[in-house]
Amino acid sequence: MTKGSFSLTDYLRTRGWRHISIFLFFVMIAAVVGGMYFATLKVDYIWRWYRVPQYFYYKDTIETKAEIEGEVATLVTKGDQVEVTVRGDGEEETYSVPGQSLLVNEGDFIYSGDVLGSYQKWKVGILIEGLWVTLKVSVLAVLLGILLGLCTGLARISNNPALRWSAITYIELVRGSPLLVQIFIWYFVLGTVINNLLDQTGLGQLPPIWYGVAALAVFAGAYVAEIVRAGIQSIHRGQMEAARSLGMTYPQSMRYIILPQAFRRILPPLAGQFISLIKDSSLLGIIAIRELTKATREVVTTTLQPFELWFVAALLYLVLTFALSMFVQYLERRTAIGG
Amino acid sequence: MVRAESVYKTFYTTHKIEALIDVSCGVDKGEVVVIIGPSGSGKSTILRCLNMLEKADKGHIFIDGVDILDPKTNINKVREEMGMVFQSFNLFRHKTALGNLTLAQTVVRKRSKKEAQEKAMALLEKVGIPDKADSYPDNLSGGQQQRVAIARALAMDPKVMLFDEPTSALDPEMIGEVLDVMKTLALEGMTMVVVTHEMGFAREVADRVIFMDEGQVVEVGTPEHFFKNPTHDRTKMFLSQIL
Repeated sequence: MTKGSFSLTDYLRTRGWRHISIFLFFVMIAAVVGGMYFATLKVDYIWRWYRVPQYFYYKDTIETKAEIEGEVATLVTKGDQVEVTVRGDGEEETYSVPGQSLLVNEGDFIYSGDVLGSYQKWKVGILIEGLWVTLKVSVLAVLLGILLGLCTGLARISNNPALRWSAITYIELVRGSPLLVQIFIWYFVLGTVINNLLDQTGLGQLPPIWYGVAALAVFAGAYVAEIVRAGIQSIHRGQMEAARSLGMTYPQSMRYIILPQAFRRILPPLAGQFISLIKDSSLLGIIAIRELTKATREVVTTTLQPFELWFVAALLYLVLTFALSMFVQYLERRTAIGG
Repeated sequence: MVRAESVYKTFYTTHKIEALIDVSCGVDKGEVVVIIGPSGSGKSTILRCLNMLEKADKGHIFIDGVDILDPKTNINKVREEMGMVFQSFNLFRHKTALGNLTLAQTVVRKRSKKEAQEKAMALLEKVGIPDKADSYPDNLSGGQQQRVAIARALAMDPKVMLFDEPTSALDPEMIGEVLDVMKTLALEGMTMVVVTHEMGFAREVADRVIFMDEGQVVEVGTPEHFFKNPTHDRTKMFLSQIL
């Protein structure tokens, strides 16, 4: 065999199997997607992807209506716009409408509520609104959950029995019951009580979203507490001893020595917890918070296009969770011990 | 400077361990006291009791005239004046050597960042590794880490230095560099309490040697007395085993 020749066996032995495996992976994906598509054709499902974008963004027609009754006195063109002056029983109003959409002539008699003209405006659709609510709820719940989890985690390892037992009680109660039940309790029990009390004192009621955020934050807080505890306890005892031996107080040692090191270790499990939280926010639809899942359900009821829309909803959740994953990976890299 | 009076300490783990039984000892200003003894003799425990990393059950411990077992004593204030060096170095792993030296200075001593850094660099110079100021502990050898740890304790301008087996976790070739730093400190008049297995160091540097066994102080004396004519059988046996 001459030097440099490369037979098929050599190829298979070296890179070949890897290339074949990669090729097989894509074939498999294509087979699953294709198979699903043909299966839906068999049950006469008609895919209408073109109907989906309008639930992200759509053009809304906004009509300019007369608010008084009277005669169109003047029409003055100013660039694209026409200024319509309506003069009635001792009153006079001027409306500005786009020239192309003008529906009245000078001298027309119009009634209050008549359309003078209209213009179109881009508006965000219900899916984007739902996504925004999901994002808002998740971010708030994550921030509150971190705060709650950090405090509970520290209380959990405290020497003070009151603090420690409170933390254990909270953690066990929250971890031991389904989130769905907790959401019901937050909204239908605590919510009713709190809103009634607020009503009696003359303050307004709290909207459901507050109870939703509270339910998610309290739920996540219990899990974060255990993650924080494990993270702190994974830091070698000597670190705390060294800090204390230098005259630092317990809180100072925690803040400057233990927590910065623990933070790095708890990032991966914390990311998992918050990804769960984003997905769990889909349960909030049951207390009338129109987040992404509820918004999708509403669109599905009106369009009868469940296949496209549920895929879209899943994809939108994926965008959120993937972004969070990436952010945490960035944090992990940034907080890695230098050198 | 440091005085322990009939200190008792019992650990309850799987079974009851009486780590310290009626231990009394004292260290004068400028004195270097070396505590030796077989493992499990309570020598590390008494050292850790001196700055309350372990809380003694009974007795009195006076540091510079302050009874640290008195609940009214602010132990953090006492610890500021006492440096401690650990067997496993315990450098802050997320901080550079310089960061290890400056943190407590700024947080506890309230020094300015600049002042703390100048002090830190001077000390790193003293322990012979100014070029490692920006290295993280994981990138330093054991001997270098321990020297940084000594410098970290010194940065607080302590009145007493406690050494808890500072060379036991080191590779043999690195023990010398750490002992040299400790000898320099002793020559400069630092008050030191050293728990160690380095008999050479004890003989050369110690003003007094305390021998402990089974939670009790067995014998106290000058190195000459201790190594040449020990009086107790247990001391003789220990010395015959290690020398």
